[in-house]
Amino acid sequence: MNPLAHWQERFAAAPPVGLPWLDALRRKAFDRFVEMGLPTTRAEEWRYTNPARIAKTAWDEAGPVPELDRQALERICSPVYACSVFVFVNGRYAPQLSTPPALGSWLGVSSLARAAARSELSQRLGSVGEPVTSFAALNSAFFGDGAWLRVAEGKRVDEPLHLVFVSAPEDDPIATHPRVLVEASPGSQLTVVEDHVSLAAGSSFTNCVTEVEIGANAGVEWIKVQREDPTTLHVSELRARVARDGRLSAHTLCFGTALTRNDARVRLDGPGARCDLRGLFVAGGDQLVDNHTWIDHAVPHGTSRELYKGILDGRARGVFNGRVVVRPDAQKSDAVQQNPNLLLSRDAEIATQPQLEIRADDVKCSHGSTVGQLDPDSLFYLRSRGVPLEEARDLLMRGFVSEITRELSVAALAERIDDLVVERLGMARDLPEGT
Amino acid sequence: MLEIRGLHARAGGAEILKGLDLVLRPGEVHAVMGPNGSGKSTLANVLAGRPTVEVTAGSVLYRGKSLFDLSPEERACQGIFLAFQYPVEIPGVSNMYFMKSALNAVRKYRGETELDAMDFLQLVREKMKLVQMDEALMNRSVNEGFSGGEKKRNEILQMAVLEPALAILDETDSGLDIDALRIVAEGVNALRSPGRSALVITHYQRLLDYIVPDRVHVLADGRIVRSGGKDLARELEARGYGWLEQGARA
Repeated sequence: MNPLAHWQERFAAAPPVGLPWLDALRRKAFDRFVEMGLPTTRAEEWRYTNPARIAKTAWDEAGPVPELDRQALERICSPVYACSVFVFVNGRYAPQLSTPPALGSWLGVSSLARAAARSELSQRLGSVGEPVTSFAALNSAFFGDGAWLRVAEGKRVDEPLHLVFVSAPEDDPIATHPRVLVEASPGSQLTVVEDHVSLAAGSSFTNCVTEVEIGANAGVEWIKVQREDPTTLHVSELRARVARDGRLSAHTLCFGTALTRNDARVRLDGPGARCDLRGLFVAGGDQLVDNHTWIDHAVPHGTSRELYKGILDGRARGVFNGRVVVRPDAQKSDAVQQNPNLLLSRDAEIATQPQLEIRADDVKCSHGSTVGQLDPDSLFYLRSRGVPLEEARDLLMRGFVSEITRELSVAALAERIDDLVVERLGMARDLPEGT
Repeated sequence: MLEIRGLHARAGGAEILKGLDLVLRPGEVHAVMGPNGSGKSTLANVLAGRPTVEVTAGSVLYRGKSLFDLSPEERACQGIFLAFQYPVEIPGVSNMYFMKSALNAVRKYRGETELDAMDFLQLVREKMKLVQMDEALMNRSVNEGFSGGEKKRNEILQMAVLEPALAILDETDSGLDIDALRIVAEGVNALRSPGRSALVITHYQRLLDYIVPDRVHVLADGRIVRSGGKDLARELEARGYGWLEQGARA
């Protein structure tokens, strides 16, 4: 199979949307995709992550949204915040499963498909930077739906907005291309939980793109929980731009699919802008989790803090690549990057690579990465108090991830994440080889 | 309670214990004293089951059964407790959660019902009075950022919560001021009963003013070289260990 030809066929067969701006955007994005091509391990950025598994599959579009029971859904995406859940099944908005909040005029939440006719969307979608990978271009060419969130100036949304993206595998392999656009006007505040789950094991590929535009003195907490079935594939791109004194707190919490690749690209675009990128990746069996981040200190007085923590078991592989660019006039930039990792087995591997490109002279930048095992002294201490070995290991892992979860503003979610670490590692141990 | 015969053990590539004998009966408190490097901590670690210490010969019977057949957690569940010389810091795990997990693991092993958060809080509050510990320390990570004295009190608090049959205190008095020393001693004394025993490992006679031992053993070069009543500790304080070590080598 020729992967490019497959997508070309698919694109040619897709009927036009009928909105000139959107059809033009898709056309342009698809041309860009063809120009970039599907990545291979020959590209430096994909050296450790072989995307052949994605490239070689003839992905199809998902059929009509299956009937879903809300209670069944709540079990896989708990905790659920009763008042503001937006559910997308195989990339399509499912209003019957969603409970939008009582919207004030200052908070806008729309399905992208439903809002496509609105002229302001045409100005916004795709405006936060260029696609980093060809998968992001593919998303622009094929996305069917997604969420558009906007908060008006000076407004604060106290309750987290919970976006749930459900993969419902079909007989044939299906690809979905969810899209999220978050716009925080100056002085506003918002928490978004982007939750990726699956209904069952199966051949499904999620290729999502999230754009976050943060106005002056605004704050966005973006929490991505990736807890799909361990057999699925997941590629994502976060593009964010932070204006003067704005703040992005991004949490990327990955619980292991067969292959995960997340790219995050953040531009600190005004003095006093700050981003905190936190990541957690937990993988076992033959899973692979790759996080590439790129923070662009474009102007002076920007601050970035980055902490990605990995726990790898079995034959799992992790990749962390953290690039920090400080531009020539971005004086007084302050960047700290850390990537501590726990390897629980002899066969697990981590490739960790900081890349600091500093072109200004009056800056503070540091990075560090560590690879270690569970501390034997701590294990013995716990066991000497009666805690069984297995439970002692779990306790230490919870301790390891707490540095990430304690920063989440949603306490119920933080608790769930702690449990997921232990559950998912147990689950991966039971997977057959080669999954 | 505890019967150690001809115990030989290696740690860090060297033979540390070289034929140690010691018998501790129910209800008794014994002190083990000795100079640095004599094997005091190795003895404590053998009893608690630290994996890095290798027993090469001898036997240890606890309540009539070989201790070597039991994992560290099984020993704890059967009533052995080691107060660490250097308590371990565990970032990200709250002291409260840790102690509740420990107590419930022990209770589960013994077929008792586990305590819920409320019942545990009540229990731990009571025990905290005994060691005069600030409740704020329960919500911090285990031992993280604790002062030396706070760490030792935290050990005694764990002991009070777990109520072991055999408590082993590994230099719990080192680095403590006199007030903290008294609190630690009270914690140990509160557990004294005809069914419980303690092995108090210490450098100094000072602690033994507060925890009065039934027997005092002097450990030198991996063996017990002298045993006696509580007055032996005073004699050691006055004369040092030199005369006994020479005697041992002769």
